[in-house]
Amino acid sequence: MADVLNATNVTKRFGGLVAVHDIDFSIPEGSIVSLIGPNGAGKTTFFNIIAGIYDPTAGIIEFHGENMIARSRRAWLEPVLWLTPPAILALITFVISGTGNEGLTGLGILVTVLTLLASMVTGVARPPAYQRFMQRFGIFRSARPNDMVVAGLGRTFQNIRLFANMTAMDNVLVGMHSRLKTTWIDALLSTPRDRREEVTSRVTANELLTLVGLKGRGDTVAKNLPYGDQRRLEIARALASKPKLLLLDEPTAGMNPNETADLTRLIGRLRSELGLTVLLIEHDMRVVMGISDRVTVLDHGERIAEGTPDEVRKDPKVIEAYLGTPPA
Amino acid sequence: MIGLRARWRLFRARARTFSEHHRSASILITMSIAAVFLVVLPRIPPFSAIQSENPWYDAFANAGVYVLLAMGLNVVVGLAGLLDLGYAAFFAIGSYTYAYSNSPFSGLDLPFFPMLFVGAAVAAVFGIALGAPTLRLRGDYLAIMTLGFGEIVPIVFVNSDPYTNGTNGIGGIYRPEALPFFGEFSPLTSFNYMIVMIAIVTVAMMLLYRLHDSRIGRAWMAIREDELAAAANGINTVVTKLLAFALGATTAGFAGVFSASKLTIVSPDQFYFTVSFTVLAMVIVGGMGNIWGVAAGAFIVFLIQAVLLKQLSSIAELLNVPPIDIGPIHFDLVKFDFTEYQYLLFGIALVIMMLKRPEGLFPSRERRAELHESSEGALDDELATGAAGDA
Repeated sequence: MADVLNATNVTKRFGGLVAVHDIDFSIPEGSIVSLIGPNGAGKTTFFNIIAGIYDPTAGIIEFHGENMIARSRRAWLEPVLWLTPPAILALITFVISGTGNEGLTGLGILVTVLTLLASMVTGVARPPAYQRFMQRFGIFRSARPNDMVVAGLGRTFQNIRLFANMTAMDNVLVGMHSRLKTTWIDALLSTPRDRREEVTSRVTANELLTLVGLKGRGDTVAKNLPYGDQRRLEIARALASKPKLLLLDEPTAGMNPNETADLTRLIGRLRSELGLTVLLIEHDMRVVMGISDRVTVLDHGERIAEGTPDEVRKDPKVIEAYLGTPPA
Repeated sequence: MIGLRARWRLFRARARTFSEHHRSASILITMSIAAVFLVVLPRIPPFSAIQSENPWYDAFANAGVYVLLAMGLNVVVGLAGLLDLGYAAFFAIGSYTYAYSNSPFSGLDLPFFPMLFVGAAVAAVFGIALGAPTLRLRGDYLAIMTLGFGEIVPIVFVNSDPYTNGTNGIGGIYRPEALPFFGEFSPLTSFNYMIVMIAIVTVAMMLLYRLHDSRIGRAWMAIREDELAAAANGINTVVTKLLAFALGATTAGFAGVFSASKLTIVSPDQFYFTVSFTVLAMVIVGGMGNIWGVAAGAFIVFLIQAVLLKQLSSIAELLNVPPIDIGPIHFDLVKFDFTEYQYLLFGIALVIMMLKRPEGLFPSRERRAELHESSEGALDDELATGAAGDA
């Protein structure tokens, strides 16, 4: 089985604090892998590194065999490359201005300014072609969160981060953003493509809401949903981007046993029906031990154990991390 | 009585469904009705008594400029949630673009309608130039940056004398060419300006609504709600914010060209902070995020400023309001100049507004939900679902 995600030697330092230290980690395709550990073990930090929110201090993360996240290389070269075309044009304009032709000089200035603007905008927007071009010069930039979503990663947050004042339907539609193709020009002109996509995306969004058990709640404003439903909506929103790997950060936190059982079943279904790979951070051991194929235990930013749920449960280091050293 | 109210509710519900499914058509219908009203109203008694037709048409056309500005700023502040305190800068850039292309100062005389788009494009270029390096900033920092830009632009126009004629500004700007059915744009009546303005506002509103209802509009709102979550859901936040900024600037550019052609003079003092502030206040009063609400709010606020306050004394005179004497205080409504206290009254109105109706006069559904947690809708939802999830 190929690995969806492969992390090697990932380290993250916040000043003097080493939140994540030298972690090797891989997620086989189609599996449910759990990440557990006491509070402050670095689980969420590791999550955020994978999701592209933090840049790692060291280490590489490969997603589907492609190097996505690492320290940036030769980043200084990028602005130099942006500035080269306008600089050349400025030089030409300067030469022209020496001849005293005012009209041509004015045109030169205009073209220079517009080129500068164009290169600046491309540099900010970073379209794929631009990124490939930059790779040719050996420039590497760590993927941003939105790049990771495009590559096929969906996530939820530990403390729910829904778009609270938007409807459930709109939340899911926002999740679909990266998979929709209409541009702002399509929207302005209300082209057939735009209208077609708007209809089909609503149908898909309704299916997703039904899948997570929120059928008919599409018009409810997200923050008016009960807590458990908000968690489900967050999962639906993450699923909307058609991810291959789903990161769930404590999905059952604050739920009662019934809701927890429901959600555990839902996660199982996500794998069996949608063929998803799931990485789970969870404190509820019944959930972890019930559905995980493999469990990795972190403590103080280091990996202290890895294996099947049964192996991990018996591991003395894990017991020590959770319960402390037995008195001598 | 109840039957009537129920019927009214039904009508409103139907109108809402219609407008949600046929946005452009409903805007066209509403704006046509509004146009007829604007043409007819100044001729009938209560309005014709306040002032004659032409000042009304003039006020409507000027109000249109602010409606356009407010709708543009609404994209930036109301939808994308980027606080822009220097919006007048883009208005200024649009105005000066037209002034260059149509005045004795530059010796050019280019046609008005294409220049409308050129002015908007130039403003958009400046919007992108300002936004591209700075839109990584958030909240207060962005506000300060835009405030600075808004101050810099008029100062540049003041100080680059040879290109902008300094404090005097560029005068004698040519008026637009005659319209096919309505004839010349004369300095005597603003009727044609009003008609053109209504057309521009209608088109702008349609286009903005289309964006609002699309994937882009949802992305803007997502960024306003939670930028990190928006990024984690695949939205390229920098590009999306840049688009909002550029579109806001474009709208201001349109307004600038129109306003320059109408006033026939541009000078830096038309574009100081008070303009940015007034437009922002209009957006807040109208109801942030709701396009037509913002437009209506801007229209009302402008008319209060430009007509009501100016005419309040004469209305008082008409009604024979006696002067009030309380000890040493002598207060004569007839001789009182309300326009001098315009910003004081504006400030008081804003404070009252923030206390009593923070979501604005015509709020969007999201804003109303945000500011009134225990509103009807929320209560209904809670009753329907119970508090089962709060374990």
